[in-house]
Amino acid sequence: MIPASQPTQRSPDARLLVIDRYGRITHMRRTSFDGLLGPGDLVVANDATALPASLQGVHSPTGCALEVRLAGRRSLDETSDFTAVIFGAGDFHSRTEDRPAPPRLNPGDRLRLGPLSATVERLLDHARLVDLHLDGPADTIWAGLARHGRPIQYAYLPVPLELWDAWSPVAGRPVAFEAPSAGFALDWRAVEGIRSRGATFATLTHTAGISSTSDFELDRRLPFDEPYRISKSTASAVESARTRGSRIIAIGTTVVRALEHAASRDGRVHAGDGLATQRIGPESQLRVVDAILSGVHEPGTSHHQLLRAFADDATLRRAGEELDAMGYRTHEFGDSVLIERKR
Amino acid sequence: MQDKSNVMDAALRVAITGGTSGLGLALVREFLARGAEVAFVARGAERVDRVAEEQPGAHGISGDVSARDDIHPIALQIAGELGGLDVLINNASDLGPTPLALLGDTDCADFERALATNVLGPFRLTKALLGALTASARESGSALVLNISSDAATNAYPGWGAYGASKAALLHLTRIWNEELAPTGVHCMSLDPGDMDTPMHALAVQDSDPATLKRPETAAREVADAITAALARCVPAGATAGGRR
Repeated sequence: MIPASQPTQRSPDARLLVIDRYGRITHMRRTSFDGLLGPGDLVVANDATALPASLQGVHSPTGCALEVRLAGRRSLDETSDFTAVIFGAGDFHSRTEDRPAPPRLNPGDRLRLGPLSATVERLLDHARLVDLHLDGPADTIWAGLARHGRPIQYAYLPVPLELWDAWSPVAGRPVAFEAPSAGFALDWRAVEGIRSRGATFATLTHTAGISSTSDFELDRRLPFDEPYRISKSTASAVESARTRGSRIIAIGTTVVRALEHAASRDGRVHAGDGLATQRIGPESQLRVVDAILSGVHEPGTSHHQLLRAFADDATLRRAGEELDAMGYRTHEFGDSVLIERKR
Repeated sequence: MQDKSNVMDAALRVAITGGTSGLGLALVREFLARGAEVAFVARGAERVDRVAEEQPGAHGISGDVSARDDIHPIALQIAGELGGLDVLINNASDLGPTPLALLGDTDCADFERALATNVLGPFRLTKALLGALTASARESGSALVLNISSDAATNAYPGWGAYGASKAALLHLTRIWNEELAPTGVHCMSLDPGDMDTPMHALAVQDSDPATLKRPETAAREVADAITAALARCVPAGATAGGRR
């Protein structure tokens, strides 16, 4: 497996490895994805847009340069208070481990982040992790993020990622910290294709968090708690698909996390706000989602961990060997896999 | 988990480009008066701040819809500040050469600016906000893009070449997009507000008598009525038509 090297969301030659419910593996062009769907199927995507969550700035008490990555929030409507990961001087061109440590932070420290200013509210239980308060009214914060923020960058891409590179066709409200990149597979032709098969397209909004910090201790805690919102129309589409016995296909791990969390109380997916706190892995009993369309993730990542809820390790290992042998591209802008839950 | 059933009754979320003068400003005032959540976009940061101060509750965004690199920062602020989007009004317009010129005397740069503002700007902004608009339509039955048109889009008025050709392109873009988006519940429409007493009209026709022109407030009321009617019409049977906003 090789990392995709260009921020092209929908490479025309993108491929899809499919693992069906019996563990059989096939390969196809990703643009033919809708051919796998049938009448009654429900496809659910995450319609959150990625914030420009990477902010270069200065630690006012010491004058040291730093980078702030907004990484968590309490609710979708929160605009001032974030959990943030702090990096020392430098940017994505250098590996995290090669960058100087961030300056020692204290509660009350002020940060200048371009046109924005922020206050360290409290230190969390890791040297890089803080609660941060962005100063000023909401509109000032939005304007500052839009002008000064950059999408969180990926070291494997040689070119800097622009706001539009991380903005998928179905992306709506800007509340995620990284793009829910499984959705890069969808364009409007694909959405039309879903409908033309007699399937239904729906979305929920989940504040997809950062995928990796290259800090081992921190990455072990991923994913952080992630707020999500499920609209009435999506909740009712999910419940009627379940009543019919139709398949529910999640576009990306964030959709699995939201739907399974929403059903964790009494088995039904309710409309409303929730905070996804659970980790999904081999022990998890999926109650709602029948299949997942996902990027190609390497073993060990929290994304890959989640796929283990859909297929057993032997099957995933076989798929991994085929992905390797056939040169599938990994990461956000790479190829995709579709895994149907084993029956 | 708390029930968010009040989402359906939330205020209509409206974004208006060219919102600091003429019809755009009148639309900002009209929608605020109707209880909508309003964001407006215009080029001059100072004017944006002034209008935002005069119109409490309105979200002012400075940006240039004719500039490609401004589009996503503008869209980010619209969808962020309003928490989504139900109605996008592409109102910002450029006359092309001023004073108006015969096509043979029109500088390419003036024509290109008219196309960038009147066609490419609305195309790019609508495209960037299509995710938010379709999400709104899935949730409440309909969403709407209104592109402000002109009789110069359909009539061949000498001297109005750059403006007329660009507005004709916008009109056709709107019609095609409306066909393509029909299954999503996002409705695209054009409206010609008529000749109004606005700074742009004064630039185009220097010796006109303001008394013969429509007041922008009147046009804004008509536009808002048309939008309300179109949204109600778009809501499919079974959805809570009256419950929306």
